[in-house]
Amino acid sequence: MSEQVNLTVNNNLLLVQLSGDWSIHQPAVDRGPITRVLDESVQIKKIVVDGQSLGKWDSALVSFLFQLTNLARKKSLILDHQSLPEGAVRMLSLATAVPKSTGSSRKHTHWSFVDRIGLRVVWIFREFLRFVDFLGESLFACHRFVLGKAVYRREDLLFFLQDAGPSSLGIVTLISVLIGMILAFVGAVQLEKFGASIYVANLVGLSMAREMAAMMTAIIMAGRTGAAYAAQLGSMQVNEEVDALKTMGISPMEFLVAPRMAALVLMMPLLTIYANLMGILGGGLVSVTMLDLSWSIYFQQISHSVPLVHFTIGLVKSVIFGVLVALSGCYMGMNSGRSATAVGAATTSAVVMGIVLIIVFDSLVTILTTVLDI
Amino acid sequence: MAKPESHIEVCDLTMKYGHKLIQQGLNFVVNRQDIFILMGGSGCGKSTLLKHMIGLYEPAEGQIMVNRESLWEVSSARRREMLQGFGVSYQAGALVSSLTLAENVGMPLELYTDLAPREIRELVELKLAMVGLSGFEDYYPSEISGGMLKRAALARAIALDPEVLFFDEPSAGLDPVSARLLDDLILELSASLNSTIVIVTHELASIFAIATNAVFLDAESKTMLACGHPKDLLDHCDNPKVQRFLRRGEMPVKQN
Repeated sequence: MSEQVNLTVNNNLLLVQLSGDWSIHQPAVDRGPITRVLDESVQIKKIVVDGQSLGKWDSALVSFLFQLTNLARKKSLILDHQSLPEGAVRMLSLATAVPKSTGSSRKHTHWSFVDRIGLRVVWIFREFLRFVDFLGESLFACHRFVLGKAVYRREDLLFFLQDAGPSSLGIVTLISVLIGMILAFVGAVQLEKFGASIYVANLVGLSMAREMAAMMTAIIMAGRTGAAYAAQLGSMQVNEEVDALKTMGISPMEFLVAPRMAALVLMMPLLTIYANLMGILGGGLVSVTMLDLSWSIYFQQISHSVPLVHFTIGLVKSVIFGVLVALSGCYMGMNSGRSATAVGAATTSAVVMGIVLIIVFDSLVTILTTVLDI
Repeated sequence: MAKPESHIEVCDLTMKYGHKLIQQGLNFVVNRQDIFILMGGSGCGKSTLLKHMIGLYEPAEGQIMVNRESLWEVSSARRREMLQGFGVSYQAGALVSSLTLAENVGMPLELYTDLAPREIRELVELKLAMVGLSGFEDYYPSEISGGMLKRAALARAIALDPEVLFFDEPSAGLDPVSARLLDDLILELSASLNSTIVIVTHELASIFAIATNAVFLDAESKTMLACGHPKDLLDHCDNPKVQRFLRRGEMPVKQN
């Protein structure tokens, strides 16, 4: 028996005497004995709580009384109290003033494994439909944008161009030079064995032009700009800014999505050309310092052995990559939920979706070009 | 009646954002169990003053004394301890959106007490019942209405039985009936918790209904113009700005 609660049964009356200090900073008082007494002595009709010898108290006491009240209500007993502190009684009456809203409490339904698979499939299907919806709407918006009919702010477009283009040059430089150097290193180790180190130039040139420049730039942009788009549009959803635009008669797809998409689509090929240059420079750096090739031989070899068609393929891909990154960023942002967590989730999904789309599309193009022998 | 005991003292406070002066020369005392109103026109720095009083911002000059101890002259550990006695209900609720109401209210209990999860759950049920939200424990903040959010934020503010309760515009965005109910709730809580209450508001109805003391800040002169019981200010304060504010812009007819 706890020292703070003393129970006395008197015919059909249970006297609960409370004493000592009650604080939420000490372990709560066990109500077990009271429940046990009530279960054992079914003749009890009334509970009287006596607070005469109470010391200091806080919410711990009120919580105890509140649970006792609920217990008494459930067992349809009368609960009475005497000499309880006035504040505690007021808090208690405040807590019992509004009845528990029935029907509002959540039932946690537990789905079976099969149910969960089914729900997931339905969810994926719905999400896919939503994406197709978004794709159609953005195509429509881009069409109007190209025709010059879209409603948007020029300053916004310039800002996005600046943000997607010149502001990304630093990171693109770093990554491209390093990728070029890595390619040259890997090739050099193998090709030197055959005395064919001049072919390092072919290797670097070809892989940068066809694949690496466009793909690495796209992945950088997915992490940098795609994520930013998702976060911007997501927070705009949270602040009801998107709703405000709609009520002003402005299509969010034209005003928000189209300029972002245009900025990425315009900047991606330029960044890719730049990445090509940087990658080839990086490869050259390794070739000149490690393989005794001169810069002129290196560049000559590249210009002879890598025809322009490879660069063209890389450029065309980079445009599509731009569309994919902008699409996943804007889609996730526009469909973000309206809370801090949801915006975070949208940003993550935008990056993941962007990178997956880039790699999948790139594989498709590679297979296609191999089959068509381009 | 016992002599009022000072709880929070603001001494010569100057508030600045960088080099931009917000308010200066603030001097007033919040007594224990006061319902103290910080009032003034929009943009005069009421909320900034509140944020200084709860220790979010450091004063540019002057002191904030809590129980005669300066908030910014003690160690940061002691300051955190002092701030634990404060409960704050923010303007838009500021509940953590990824947690249910029960988890939101239970968070301070989990962090600052050694109670078992079941005991915390019971305390949370009590606090939510006190603000009339019994049964909404497992709802997320995004699933309930604005008025309910304010009450849930109040439940979180009173989770640790604070000595001082701060409210930033409690009735903003509520209909008159809900605003009145919230006022009643604040009165009831101040009586039962024996807490001191500090409220930022410009709702005249609330000010006259619940305040026991108030301070009036002015945006132009960047200082306080008056301090006292709002009804006394209405009857006796000569400052035209205070009169205009308390009479919703209607100036009393000047007698010659």
